[in-house]
Amino acid sequence: MHSFGYRANALLTFSVTILALMCAMASLSDNLNSPSPTSQIQILNINWFQKQPHGNDEVSLTMNITADLQSLFTWNTKQVFVFVAAEYETPKNSLNQVSLWDAIIPTKEHANFWIQTANKYRFVDQGSNLRGKEFNLTLHWHVMPKTGKMFADKIVMSGYRLPEEYR
Amino acid sequence: MDWQGQKIAEQLMQIMLIVFAVVAFSVGYVMGSFQMMIQIYAGGVVLTTLVTVPNWPWFNRYFLQWLDPSEAEKHPKPQIQPVNSKKKSVKK
Repeated sequence: MHSFGYRANALLTFSVTILALMCAMASLSDNLNSPSPTSQIQILNINWFQKQPHGNDEVSLTMNITADLQSLFTWNTKQVFVFVAAEYETPKNSLNQVSLWDAIIPTKEHANFWIQTANKYRFVDQGSNLRGKEFNLTLHWHVMPKTGKMFADKIVMSGYRLPEEYR
Repeated sequence: MDWQGQKIAEQLMQIMLIVFAVVAFSVGYVMGSFQMMIQIYAGGVVLTTLVTVPNWPWFNRYFLQWLDPSEAEKHPKPQIQPVNSKKKSVKK
């Protein structure tokens, strides 16, 4: 501590170390939060259902997605990334997951939402297995923190079925 | 700074930073604002820098009288005699 530079350096390194500890504690405090999100997805319409030239099935649907994700937000949350995926089984793959829609929720106020939309990303199968296929729609979310650990979870909604024939 | 001042400066710096960190985290957590935590802590770091880093006069109270170089030459450092390996005592 005998010179200005020495003290300035000691202060700088100590303060940054303490800052790292504070951020670690902030991340740990996220574990105290017990979230209770809810969601519902309704398929309003199958817009079309075709077999593409390459032999893969493709579906276009309009969905009504409602969700209340407000309980996911903590003081250490920067944003929540949410997406809807269709999940089903085929002879070739035991699990297919196709992402249909996603969004970024920046604040708690935006987290209680309702949206009616066609699928943002194409619902294409590897092959032509979709006729009469039963599938689940899952709402996944990633809670992105300001510092520290990211939490991810999902809600599975089952009971959806595609038409037997192409339209 | 004198030796006592250096010790005070180091201890004061550590204590001030820790106190500001605890206050900042508590206030930020209770208010639910990460921004608030960072702002309080940043203010604390600046305040601590102003108090402990510059060479303030209160750090220099136990002022040591360093000898003038010419004065030091009049009192030369004692020569250490080469020690005989069997003897344990060191002659001054």
